[in-house]
Amino acid sequence: MSRIETKLAELKKKGRAAFIPYVMAGDPDIETTGKIVLELEKSGADIIELGVPFSDPLADGPTIQRAAIRALKQKANLRKIFALVREIRKASEIPIILMLYYNLIHKYGEERFADDSAKAGVDGFIVPDLPPEEGKSLAEHCKRRGLDLIFLLAPTSDNDRIKLVAKSGGGFIYYVSLTGVTGARASIASGVDKAVKKIRRMSGRPVCVGFGISTPEQASEMAKIADGVIVGSAIVGKIEKAAGPDEAVAKAGKFARELKEGILRGGL
Amino acid sequence: MLPDKSGHFGHYGGRYVPETLMPALLELEREYNKAKKDPSFRKELAYYLANYVGRPTPLFFAARLTKKLGGAKIYLKREDLAHTGAHKINNALAQALLAVRIGKKRIIAETGAGQHGVATATAAALLGLECEVYMGTEDIRRQALNVFRMKLLGARVVPVGIGSRTLKDAISEALRDWTTNVRTTHYIMGTVFGPHPYPAMVRDFQSVIGKEARGQILKAEGKLPDMLIACVGGGSNAMGLFFRFLKDDIKMVGVEAGGMGIKSGRHAARFAGGSLGVLQGTKSWLLQDDEGQILETHSVSAGLDYASVGPEHSFYRDRGRIEYTYATDDEALAAFDLLSQTEGIIPALESSHAIAEAVKRAPRMKKSQVIIVNLSGRGDKDVNQVAEMRGVRL
Repeated sequence: MSRIETKLAELKKKGRAAFIPYVMAGDPDIETTGKIVLELEKSGADIIELGVPFSDPLADGPTIQRAAIRALKQKANLRKIFALVREIRKASEIPIILMLYYNLIHKYGEERFADDSAKAGVDGFIVPDLPPEEGKSLAEHCKRRGLDLIFLLAPTSDNDRIKLVAKSGGGFIYYVSLTGVTGARASIASGVDKAVKKIRRMSGRPVCVGFGISTPEQASEMAKIADGVIVGSAIVGKIEKAAGPDEAVAKAGKFARELKEGILRGGL
Repeated sequence: MLPDKSGHFGHYGGRYVPETLMPALLELEREYNKAKKDPSFRKELAYYLANYVGRPTPLFFAARLTKKLGGAKIYLKREDLAHTGAHKINNALAQALLAVRIGKKRIIAETGAGQHGVATATAAALLGLECEVYMGTEDIRRQALNVFRMKLLGARVVPVGIGSRTLKDAISEALRDWTTNVRTTHYIMGTVFGPHPYPAMVRDFQSVIGKEARGQILKAEGKLPDMLIACVGGGSNAMGLFFRFLKDDIKMVGVEAGGMGIKSGRHAARFAGGSLGVLQGTKSWLLQDDEGQILETHSVSAGLDYASVGPEHSFYRDRGRIEYTYATDDEALAAFDLLSQTEGIIPALESSHAIAEAVKRAPRMKKSQVIIVNLSGRGDKDVNQVAEMRGVRL
């Protein structure tokens, strides 16, 4: 079992959902991202999702688009992000997932990417524009190195898609809670409960839910049904509004603790 | 038969999209495959192409231009005379009919020069569909006429002010809209790009250009042409002209936007300055940096100002079947003037790139040889921009 799968299994035994916050690497700068990650762990994060900035993030809404622009201005790239993960590994064993668009992997070279990820201490990947059909060779490279390539399902996915994703990749299945792009929403889309149950039943694998979850209340609601709760844009939004790096760390931590409380309430 | 079942042209193409869109793409592929075999769909499309678009468009012998260049005979495939003024209507209308068939009542599209946006807004008005068109704010500025045309046609133009504020960003925003509204909405992509089945479907809908041209040149010259020339942004007018000639021994030249020259870095010549990558749903040649970030592009023509190119073009380039070159902004502008003054036809700045290539090639060919240039659109939309560049206030 990978570090991600082990973590999810441990939490399941305790009857708890994983708290998986997302931050963009390099926003506001690489060094601060390292501090934010450690602060998130202290504040109750179980797994960290680290965004790699891309110039054309077509699955992302405005909040994460802006974060990517800020991170690119800081010249954040895979080489620096691998170095960041190595730094984090000196202080923490928290599972780390990179979320990035496929062209960055393609340009880096799939095999070299998998090698360097494994060496740096990365645990897995979410590639929002890579469906299983196009991800076969990357999935192989990941598998050989014990890395989890995590595929997604959406409200539009039919049984054929669920079956395909069920047998693809590793880690968990990422269920996109809404029909749309990333970003905070006022309420959770209806039908998530049913969809998560169905996917878990059909796949026998853990299912984590993301997209649109932005308040402790919503996180609590999701923790009742999912193996993990992913919160991205809402945290990135707090970092965006911070006056400086120290405040970004503090604000991310404070919000993470609120989300964690929500998740613990939901899971009990 | 290309593409293969998974939508690949060799190692190009494919479907690199969020999972949310996968079911819609699979549905679109199924529906398209059914429609193209369905006589009633074909009949309906043929009816509109003949009675609404005004097809077949003429193949015109450009006698004065030929004489001036002193070489091969130049014929112009007059897509500029199609309704709305460019080849874009062939695809937009066909996809709108397909959307009606599938039961989608809302249409979205991206546009660069505005021609595809106008064509889509037109088809939506004709068929009573709701229409929103995504357009970069930089393109809105330089193509103000087409923006107003779309509004007159009842479409909503959605400005996209992020990134380079051109076609690439409009496509991303349209894809985000589609991801959100996929259950009610059909995305009419305007070129042979994006995830499967778009490159193949758009090619098929545009192949009417080459089909007609083939019959017309045989009638006029009693033989097939020696060379075909077309400009290549995404590449739909080029693929539309070339497709029915691929098996013949005919030279084909695709002309990209050379902008201010390749060395300047300010261009959109993907084959001259790019490398293999994945953008907006497909694997193809791409202008990107060493880390895979997409580079900003430049061209005087909004319709060619794009960082990638249709995957089928990449495939035929590798095989050496189609040759790709580029024309600079200055060369295109000179060709714009030349065609206006020798033939009384003001070409679109996009199509002017193809004319510029004919200007280079024809003098080096025999007088008995024949070139067909795809005059993909008319230049009315560019008049304001060219006037502004020359310091003329209209």
